[in-house]
Amino acid sequence: MYSQGLIGADGQTNETPEFLETFQKRIDAEEKVEPTDAMPEGYRRTLVRQIGQHAHSEIVGMLPEGNWITRAPSLRRKAALLAKVQDEGGHGLYLYSAAETLGVSREEMTEELHSGKAKYSSIFNYPTLSWADIGTIGWLVDGAAIMNQIPLCRCSFGPYARAMIRVCKEESFHQRQGYEIIMTLAQGTPEQKEMAQDSLNRWWWPSLMMFGPHDADSEHSDQSMTWKIKRFTNDQLRQKFIDATVPQAEYLGLKVPDPDLKWNEEKGGYDHGEIDWDEFWRVVKGHGRMNRDRIKDRRAAWERGAWVREAALAHAEKRRARKIAAE
Amino acid sequence: MTVYHALLELADDHLVLGHRLSEWCGHAPMLEEDLAMPNMALDLIGTARTLYDRAAALEGKGRSEDDMAYLRDERAYRNCLLVERPNEDFAHTVLRQLYFAAFMHPYWIAAQDSTDGVVRGVAGKAVKEMAYHIRHAGEWVIRLGDGTEESAARMRDAVEALSIYVDELFDSSPAAREAEAAGVLPVRADLRTQWDKTIADIFGEAALTLPEAPYPQRGGREGLHGEGLGHLLAEMQSVYRAHPGAQW
Repeated sequence: MYSQGLIGADGQTNETPEFLETFQKRIDAEEKVEPTDAMPEGYRRTLVRQIGQHAHSEIVGMLPEGNWITRAPSLRRKAALLAKVQDEGGHGLYLYSAAETLGVSREEMTEELHSGKAKYSSIFNYPTLSWADIGTIGWLVDGAAIMNQIPLCRCSFGPYARAMIRVCKEESFHQRQGYEIIMTLAQGTPEQKEMAQDSLNRWWWPSLMMFGPHDADSEHSDQSMTWKIKRFTNDQLRQKFIDATVPQAEYLGLKVPDPDLKWNEEKGGYDHGEIDWDEFWRVVKGHGRMNRDRIKDRRAAWERGAWVREAALAHAEKRRARKIAAE
Repeated sequence: MTVYHALLELADDHLVLGHRLSEWCGHAPMLEEDLAMPNMALDLIGTARTLYDRAAALEGKGRSEDDMAYLRDERAYRNCLLVERPNEDFAHTVLRQLYFAAFMHPYWIAAQDSTDGVVRGVAGKAVKEMAYHIRHAGEWVIRLGDGTEESAARMRDAVEALSIYVDELFDSSPAAREAEAAGVLPVRADLRTQWDKTIADIFGEAALTLPEAPYPQRGGREGLHGEGLGHLLAEMQSVYRAHPGAQW
């Protein structure tokens, strides 16, 4: 899954014009920036923020899906969902490692998540209320993630770009798996079809919000584009997502919950209704239905596991001491 | 029919334990364990699926693996009591895993000579899985047993709580005895020596001792479970049962 359009990174930087110019030339020549290379402080900060948000999103994203592992309605689905949630955890691990190359530890990032300082994708502040939501998350949420992440495979920062290649392959598998869940429901009993439609109704708008604010309201897009951390604007990616997804819904016989949605021949894409940005900002600022529960759950897991992590360290220390004593 | 029942016992063990492990998903003490536990759960559920499928074929009533898993009540479940024990804390969870894997590893080694082709197939794969479950859970038992004061105390509590469920692993129900006599499944009692050795080696490093269990708990193979299994099944079966006949 994915961190939405970057929230609140500070791209300010203080280097000499000569340094910045040389750096920009490397970026423009499509050279990858590696962790040990000199880089502007603003570039480093933006990446730490973005990769951290992305990693946190993967980890928090395990919760709404984990909510259905114990109730998955067939053994095949149960196994597939377990494997998927495990993939998301793997992405988190990968991304924390990529962020660590920039000089910030996983512990620091975890603390920032728990204190509310670091953000994660707001989509996970919506609850999963039926089995269909597991399909919809794969289809729409992972689908939106792919739109965002494919360009990140060409991100100027090497470790992030390389991590994204593997992550995108797995996400694309998740997206197809999610679509297949929804297809099975859409072709199933009337109750199953209703479950699928209700799920689409609830997740459609939050999925569109995953791409972040309109370009006109996006504070830090320009600098990220210049540094080639970002390749497309929020609105461009959102449009691509809508154009790809609407025909999929039509194929399933499901109705996209937007009365203003219509094909615009001239632009070769769909026009859509206005997104409720009040809702977007409300949830980003911590007032969605699940914000508090998600952080509470993450903190509880962390605190309940403290004695385990302490024991592992203590044991490693004892082993080391015994080895030295034996030598 | 008796081989069918014996396979069902084995399948239920794997599904119930896999389900218990899956309850940890997203709530583990560290990210690495959030990856490791679903991995082990997947091994167990995978084995359960093949065994249900084989049992259903032997039964010959056209039931599916999902009918087996989702349409039987707790009295019809035949898993041993150990696997249904609640997660409690990480110490209980890794010890339960170690106890089970230390039993199943020699079991699958022996089952590679089964007269049943499907059982042989499962054994070939599961023997490798159980070896790493022993390694993973065993390493944790050692770290926690020989870690901090708190972790050692929690580990001793887990040993105290779970050891009364060990003897049942080695009992063969009448159905299992017939399957054993037919060469389909290994004789459970024969595996005790190996289990004792595996546990003694790990407990030696973990500064733990295996207590005597003068009053072992039994009954799972007759469908006489603790109260926790009913809740596990109610949750697991809820969606499937709410939509009879639906495809998922």
